[in-house]
Amino acid sequence: MENFTPLSALIGGCLIGLAATLMLWTSGRIAGISGILGGLLAPVNSDTAWRVCFLVGLIGGPLSYMLVSGNALDIVSQASPMVSIVAGLAVGFGTRLGSGCTSGHGICGIARFSARSFLATAVFMVSAIVTVYVTRHILGAS
Amino acid sequence: MNTKNWAVLGWMLLSGFLFGLGLTISGMINPQKVIGFLDLAGNWDPSLALVMAAGLAVTIPAFRWILKQERPLFDSKFFLPEKTDIDLKLISGATLFGIGWGLAGLCPGPALAAAVALDESVLAFLGAMVAGMLLHRFLPAPGAFSASANNETTE
Repeated sequence: MENFTPLSALIGGCLIGLAATLMLWTSGRIAGISGILGGLLAPVNSDTAWRVCFLVGLIGGPLSYMLVSGNALDIVSQASPMVSIVAGLAVGFGTRLGSGCTSGHGICGIARFSARSFLATAVFMVSAIVTVYVTRHILGAS
Repeated sequence: MNTKNWAVLGWMLLSGFLFGLGLTISGMINPQKVIGFLDLAGNWDPSLALVMAAGLAVTIPAFRWILKQERPLFDSKFFLPEKTDIDLKLISGATLFGIGWGLAGLCPGPALAAAVALDESVLAFLGAMVAGMLLHRFLPAPGAFSASANNETTE
C-alpha cells in the first residue's frame, strides 16, 4: 500500500463534495459530470450556458494547479489508444443508459439516499474491479 | 435569462473549478491511480475510497440541509432525478460503465480534467466517450430518446 495517499485523498474528496454542495445550493442541480456533458449533446439546449461554465471550471482546476505548482500533472494511462476508444465508448454509452457516473450516482445520489444510485454505484464498482482483475491477472498474466 | 441566472453562471464556474481541483489534488485525474484502487489483487491503493468517503462526508449533511430549503438560492426549484425504479437500463448501463472504467481507469469527470495533459490515450478516450453519449442519444431504442431528451431525470 505504498501508493496510498490518504491526506491528499481526503482534501480532494472534500473539495469535490464542496463543489457538489455549492452547485445544488445555488442552482438546485446535481453535479453529475455525465449528465452535465450529456445534456450539452441533448436535443433541447435551454441549459447550455451553465453546463459550459461548469465544464470550463472543471478544466480550469487542473490547469491552475499545474500553473501554480509549476509541475506537470501526474497522468499516466497504460491503456493503448485502441483500448481507450473501446473504454470511452462503453463509458459514454453506459453512463447515459445508466443515468449517471461516479459523481452523479456515487457522490450526489448516495448523499440523497437514492436506491437507484446505491445500486448503480455497487454495480459499476464490481464491474470495474472484475474488469481490472480479468485484464491484469487473467489476460495480463499470460 | 434573468439576473439570477447570470449569478448562477459564476457559481457554476466555481463549482466546476473546485471539482476539477479536487480531482487533481486527490490524484483521481490519474488513470494509473484509479486502476490502483480497482486492482484489489494487485498492489492495492485505497485512496479512491477515501476520496469518496470525504466527498460524502460533505454532501450527506449538506444536501440534507439544502433540500430542506424551499428552493435553491438562484432558481425557482430543485432539479432532482425523478426516476425511482430499478430497471434493466440502470443495471446494464452501470455494468457497461464499469467495464470502460476498469479498462482505461477513466470516468467522465477525470477524463475531461485530464484532457489538459494532452495524452493521446486520454484524448482518444474522451472523443470515444462523447461518441458513446451521442450513440445513446441517436439510438432508436424504445424510450431512449425521451430519456436523453429529459435532462432532469439523469444524475
